[in-house]
Amino acid sequence: MLILKKFLRDVPAVLGFVIIVAVILVALVAPPLASVESVYDGNLMERLKPPSAEHWFGTDNLGRDIFARVMVGSQGALAVALAVVVIAIAIGVPAGLYAGYTSGWGSELVMRVTDVFLSVPQLILALAVAQLIGKGLESAMLALALTYWPFFCRTVFAETRRVRNTLFVDALEGIGASRWRILLVHVLPNVASPVIVRATIGMGFTILTTAVLGFLGIGATPPSPDWGLAISESREYLPDSWWAVTFPGLAILVTVLGFNLFGDGLRDLVDPRLRRSR
Amino acid sequence: MTRFVLRRLLLVVPSLFGLLVLTFIMLRVLPNDPSAALAGENATPAQIAAIRKAYGFDEPIWKQFLIYLRQVAQADLGNSTNTGRPVSSDIARRLPATIELTFFALAFATIVGIPLGTLAAVWHNSAFDHIMRIVTVGGLAIAAFWFAIILQLVFAMDLEWLPLRGRLAVGTPEPARITGFFLVDSLLTGRLDLFWAALQHILMPALTLSLGGLASIARFTRAGVLDTLQKDFVGYAEAAGYRRSRIIWVYVLRNSVVAATTQIGLLFGALISSAVAVEAIFDWPGIGSYAVNAILTSDYKAILAVTLVVGVIYAIVNILVDITHALLDPRVAETL
Repeated sequence: MLILKKFLRDVPAVLGFVIIVAVILVALVAPPLASVESVYDGNLMERLKPPSAEHWFGTDNLGRDIFARVMVGSQGALAVALAVVVIAIAIGVPAGLYAGYTSGWGSELVMRVTDVFLSVPQLILALAVAQLIGKGLESAMLALALTYWPFFCRTVFAETRRVRNTLFVDALEGIGASRWRILLVHVLPNVASPVIVRATIGMGFTILTTAVLGFLGIGATPPSPDWGLAISESREYLPDSWWAVTFPGLAILVTVLGFNLFGDGLRDLVDPRLRRSR
Repeated sequence: MTRFVLRRLLLVVPSLFGLLVLTFIMLRVLPNDPSAALAGENATPAQIAAIRKAYGFDEPIWKQFLIYLRQVAQADLGNSTNTGRPVSSDIARRLPATIELTFFALAFATIVGIPLGTLAAVWHNSAFDHIMRIVTVGGLAIAAFWFAIILQLVFAMDLEWLPLRGRLAVGTPEPARITGFFLVDSLLTGRLDLFWAALQHILMPALTLSLGGLASIARFTRAGVLDTLQKDFVGYAEAAGYRRSRIIWVYVLRNSVVAATTQIGLLFGALISSAVAVEAIFDWPGIGSYAVNAILTSDYKAILAVTLVVGVIYAIVNILVDITHALLDPRVAETL
């Protein structure tokens, strides 16, 4: 419980946690509550109305309620980010465990492939991959996952190498524990915390990148309430309808901020070496 | 030192080769019919057949790879289906705009980020420090493309202080091309009016782009300075009666920023990534907006060429960063 106490003293991290919980709740509750008209169909009589008591965030060019769209959009943002991070972990963690625990050409190969992926900025690579497998949200998701796993692989590799050289692993090998047993039961829990930290920050990072792809027109397609797409659709109605661009962007900011603050706090907890303040 | 530079250069060879293999796989192996993909959406069967022959798609795969290597070595990356011009000349023409923008943004991020990070460390756990933490985490959480639009909304559309888009106003003749950087060329040719115009145009895109970098630099500087402040020599300098400001801004900072320089290489990748959306928003004629156009029009060769070029630039930047690091801290050179 010491760790919980320590965490609770870190106000920004707690704030991050609260934001994440709030966004998850909204993502679960909003879609069933919102009406199809306000999110998808719209009402042209009500187009481009400024924020009011009836439409808290105003309406967009099709007369759709921006508050409802932003709330429903959180579901897509979280789902995509979660899928990307889970796929990236599913590829990166086993690859990192393998490369870190064994040595030889297989391990070398995995790490060189990782290096190549990390030698191009992720977004650029994701753009190229998305181009290759076609437009749309699924392909954008796949492109992000296929370019994000090397980050996990690197992290797990470094940790596994460190753990492999410890005495307790030597002892396990000495008493004849199988390689699978050592990796899954003894090494994996030791590499879990940096992976969790990276995954948390990766959630925020992926929400940002997905929004960029949506904005550029290679992610979500209309009439999806995707935040990035909404910003690009409303851009031409500036400067008069400032609200249509502002609120989806604020939603991105708040959500990503939540994941980053929480991830930062987690890192402080699991890795005292990187502690921000002493 | 020479040995360090040579070894560092050698290290990049496998990853550049890997990059070539990766782009080759994406270009030639993954698509069902690479010739059709390369020819673009509206190609005639004759055009597709011509491409199949030119790229040797009926040859074995290893031979195709050799053909690809030769093409890359000759900077022959094919013609853009979008502009009709060779991709390599398109990129060469647009690259200076991107480099000018990212360099300006990085310089701004460094000049502002280092003092802010230092102050946050010196006054750590003060109100300033806490505000800085929220600002820096927020800076990394803000979507650059959204921030760009908000800046446009406020400073270009509403207040009309700054131009909305472009490198120069439409119709303004560009400065004579010497370096390709408008800010430098206009000064070299003595055109102060053009310099002023170019500066006004670069301000908003560069500010947008610098945001994430500024946040990272401030954070790393803060961590570095906090670390250095614990060192014995600081106590010694204090005991010897040096002024506090001299200790912090000269001795401590010099010992702290060395580690932060290594981060600049990583930042550059993030900068190039944000540049894609930022250039598209400000109509900045660099390779970022080129990549966006290429994607929207399924211009296959252009997008892969951009990937390749960015990978090479990224490698060069990281080499330069490592060499700078070794020059600042000779111990680094020993480790390679």
